[in-house]
Amino acid sequence: MRKIFVVLTLFTAFVLALAACGGAAPAPSGETVTVKETVVVTVEVPVAGSPAAPAVVAPAGYGVTLETVKARGNLICGVNSQVPGFGYVDADGNFAGIDVDYCRALAAAIFGDASKVEFRPVTAAERFTALQSGEIDILSRNTTWSLVRDTELGGNFVHTTFYDGQGMMVPADSGLTTLEDLEGGTICVQTGTTTELNLSDVMASLGVSYTPAVFEDADATFAAYAEGRCDAVTTDKSGLVSRRSVLPDPSAHVIMDVTMSKEPLGPMVRHGDDQWFDIAQWTVFAMFAGEEFDITSANVDDVKANATAPEVRRLLGLEGDLGLKLGLTNDFAYNIIKLVGNYEEVYNRNLGPDTPTYIPRGLNSLYTEGGLLYAPPFR
Amino acid sequence: MSNLNTVLPPVSERSNILRWMRRNLFGSWYDALLTILGALIAYWAVRGFLTWVFTVAEWEVVSTNMRLLMIGQYPLEHSDRLWVWLGFLVFLSGNSIGIWARRSRFAVVLLLIPALLALFPFGDSPRQWLILLCIAGLVGWGFGRARPDVLKRSVIAGWVISLPVIILLTHGLSESESGFMPIVRTNLWGGLLLTFLLTVVGILFSFPIGVLLALGRRSELPIIRWFSVGYIEIVRGVPLITILFMAQLMLPLFLPTGWTVDRVVRAMVGITLFSAAYLAENVRGGLQAIPRGQFEAAHALGLNGFQTMTFVILPQALRLIIPILVGQFIAVFKDTSLVAIVGLLDLVGIAKTVLAQPEFLGLQREVYAFISLIFWVLSYGMSYLSQQLEERLGVGKR
Amino acid sequence: MSRDEQQKTTIPFWRDERILRFLGQIVFVLFVLFVGALIYQNMKAGLAKQGITLSYSFFNGVSGFDIAETAFPYDRNSTYWQAFLVGLANTLSVGVVGIVFATILGVILGVARLSTNFIINRLAAFYLELIRNLSLLVFLIFWYLGVFLKLPRVKEAIIWPGDIILTNRGVGIPWGIPTASFPTFRLILIFGLILAVIVFFALRAYGQRTGRAPLTLLWSILTFILVGLLGWIILPEKPLTLDLPLVKGLNLSGGKILSPEFMALTSGLVLYTAAFIGEVVRAGIQSVSKGQVEASRALGLNAFQTLRLVVFPQALRVIIPPLTSQYLNLVKNSSLAIAVGYPDVFYVSNTIQNQTGRAVEMISLVMVTYLAISLFTSLLMNWYNQRIKLVER
Repeated sequence: MRKIFVVLTLFTAFVLALAACGGAAPAPSGETVTVKETVVVTVEVPVAGSPAAPAVVAPAGYGVTLETVKARGNLICGVNSQVPGFGYVDADGNFAGIDVDYCRALAAAIFGDASKVEFRPVTAAERFTALQSGEIDILSRNTTWSLVRDTELGGNFVHTTFYDGQGMMVPADSGLTTLEDLEGGTICVQTGTTTELNLSDVMASLGVSYTPAVFEDADATFAAYAEGRCDAVTTDKSGLVSRRSVLPDPSAHVIMDVTMSKEPLGPMVRHGDDQWFDIAQWTVFAMFAGEEFDITSANVDDVKANATAPEVRRLLGLEGDLGLKLGLTNDFAYNIIKLVGNYEEVYNRNLGPDTPTYIPRGLNSLYTEGGLLYAPPFR
Repeated sequence: MSNLNTVLPPVSERSNILRWMRRNLFGSWYDALLTILGALIAYWAVRGFLTWVFTVAEWEVVSTNMRLLMIGQYPLEHSDRLWVWLGFLVFLSGNSIGIWARRSRFAVVLLLIPALLALFPFGDSPRQWLILLCIAGLVGWGFGRARPDVLKRSVIAGWVISLPVIILLTHGLSESESGFMPIVRTNLWGGLLLTFLLTVVGILFSFPIGVLLALGRRSELPIIRWFSVGYIEIVRGVPLITILFMAQLMLPLFLPTGWTVDRVVRAMVGITLFSAAYLAENVRGGLQAIPRGQFEAAHALGLNGFQTMTFVILPQALRLIIPILVGQFIAVFKDTSLVAIVGLLDLVGIAKTVLAQPEFLGLQREVYAFISLIFWVLSYGMSYLSQQLEERLGVGKR
Repeated sequence: MSRDEQQKTTIPFWRDERILRFLGQIVFVLFVLFVGALIYQNMKAGLAKQGITLSYSFFNGVSGFDIAETAFPYDRNSTYWQAFLVGLANTLSVGVVGIVFATILGVILGVARLSTNFIINRLAAFYLELIRNLSLLVFLIFWYLGVFLKLPRVKEAIIWPGDIILTNRGVGIPWGIPTASFPTFRLILIFGLILAVIVFFALRAYGQRTGRAPLTLLWSILTFILVGLLGWIILPEKPLTLDLPLVKGLNLSGGKILSPEFMALTSGLVLYTAAFIGEVVRAGIQSVSKGQVEASRALGLNAFQTLRLVVFPQALRVIIPPLTSQYLNLVKNSSLAIAVGYPDVFYVSNTIQNQTGRAVEMISLVMVTYLAISLFTSLLMNWYNQRIKLVER
């Protein structure tokens, strides 16, 4: 029965070929005992690959992400594809939204080219795994900052880009005004979100019993609500506003005057690469600072030519080498503002009064105007 | 279904429609009742459906988003490359029809489908391409008919290289945007294009694995057998969606740090591994149907185990199970829609995004009806063609 | 295969097939182990880097989310473990309901497909071809979004005869509510069941002794129903009161409310699987050769007897194996509940995984669960198959 050998060899060869296809295999050579060693080597690869840090001993993983991104030639950004104003696909098939523009800003900071970014739509369910496994470099998908996510899910939250709170939307003719009115009702909610847990928390503390109708994605949730499957729908207020704008009759729905939770939404990066965290962080601050100093994509060249204020000069890379300290070029903030715009421009483009998804600035204004946006000094 | 064996009734009886109705519709009182009930249901369903299609439904959502439904976010400026490989496939099909199905008039009608599609208002460029497709098919058919012997080998070679060609043209070559055939990343592949690629890759790659697993299951070596049985039964015991989730969420963890596998490739791996187990069982069925004498005869002729399998047993076994294999392929095609649940924008996934567009909210019926139509036409087409193939190859007639 | 002594001594070990086969298997095992270990190590290292260790201890934590449809008490203070069980119970209920209705509809379709009535035959054929070439996922979504959510709102509810209320909040059907005498009634039912089993075996023994074939199953079921009816009449208070569904404010109350998700999932699965079962039944009945029918008619059996004693037992033998795999498909396909938002075991596990980030644990647990269900169903059907196979001599 020699055919068995043929089968065996073929099978083995096939599996081996498959394994080899994946990339430069570490040449197993059949020594089963060396398994542990192989792993140690692979873990240490990042350290060997990081730029030789002079005197300071860089923490493990420092700088790997930037290297990887630069070598690849583009940034891979995990985004939402279903929330108008934040992250969605327009009819031309392009990604748009405030979270999407943040990714462009980051690409502009790294490459000086806002188009060098690949958007990867990730579901609420898979977003953290996608970040953990290195499939995406950064997650910019209206993700709420919470302790568990900051620790156990293996990520670090960058500064909040949008302050939000969970709200509740009901049909205007239902006459429901408070959460207590929802006693015995059905509430549409999306799974895998903090929303789902907050809803449960708040309703339990109010002693209101309800039936959840839970859906996989935002589209399904709001489609079900629009069809009257539920008495109310809950998600972040921004989401409610942007979603209400695209319902068949926006005026027929009201958002209750209750805030069920704090929802600071921001980008998230992997644990273990502080340089990458800093870059992501200061990209946000550069956008804030742009608004604070009234630098827009339209006037940034003028400002750069005539700037006298030291901080503006440092921000635009005319003075000092702030960018180099991040591992970028000194004009990184100039690129962000020039190619994508400051925070106000990005906000108005996606959520401003001229868009169907208009949301008043509220907490998302500069600290000088009573909001929470406050960039640390650029020095 | 051959007419030769049935005795035709006398002409007078055949032509009498009343008598036919009496025999087939109103044989007894309950037969009559059933007939009336059935006719009512049919009338009600057809009327309701037609009314909906022609008066209620708003088909604009489909026509506006035709491009998204077909190729997803694949850049329009590179879509010519897709037409090119489609033309290549149609040409090969025309060739094959010309060579192997020369007498089938139906097959030629198939080649006219692109021209028919061109009658719909798809825009100028797609229409021109559709007409070119039709011409490619007819030219291929003409060639095939004229020189079947010469072309046979090259057509087979063409089919063999078709998958690499498709993948290459779809994916592109050069890194830079200005170079020759710039790369289109897989996250832009979508719609029917993605469904098609997932299906084709799933089917082609699961085939060898399935055959090996089937052989392994019949092996006399206990460990190989246990391994194959274990694999087949485990995979067949769980839903495809769990395998797809595993491929999406766990596969990246299985690989060493720094290795990444594309999302689309991960879905392909999942579908392939899943389909392989089912194929293995089908192939095993075929292998079991081969009489022992075939093995013995092959051995007596001095063929070794490998030769026996490749040249004697497998060809017969696979030929026996062609209908089952086609059924399996159709199942793979339909199952690819599950990748929408793990977030890929295949036909179903893109339908969800289309339905999120503000101007087309609430038109689920139209979009899903259209998608169902695509699935139905392609699945039914495949099974119909396989029936034709069966008759031609005389499957089950031996 | 056997070799004689002489040959054995002359063949060097590297050409001795038995040794080679042994070695080959060893190599294969080592290879599989190696790949497995590599994967495991990679996974562990990857997870360790994120600060995650594989363990199911999180399963005892408080879930903190609510589930819409629960077969037993569950709230946000319950553990993940209980949430998982709620999902499992939902999967099983969809599976059982789906299998029962799909079988009934499938048999009807299969018989209709063979009907001599032209219209019935064509209708069944059309249905089978239509459904079998559709994608189940699209079919389910269509039923959910296109049918059950398009039903009128509660205010304009459709009310069918028999107090069935159809709204986009769910379908309300009348349902029995146990009263004080229900425990007694339950005892009577158990007694009836025992009696029915006794009747079944007695009749079968009688049939085997005399060679006649009494309608064993029919009589035993009749016995059961008779005892139940008797109990119902004798008891002073009726054991069940009929609770009718009512439109109450914004919602339905009373009776049994079946959610749109449940309805879409089960009706989609039933209509889809029934098409496949119909084909299985048709093939089974057609597999009984015409001669069998003619012979039994010649022996003087009437049409019903022919069907019951000749065609059916033979067809069943052909039908059972593919029917089993259709049942398994139905249960596995119920995992598509995620597309319509019904909290089955896969969906609940997915939620748990979202909330805890424990992808590896949850996916493996779900796979093991489905494997167990599949194995159990297979065992059951195999056992039944073995039994009916004994008919063959």
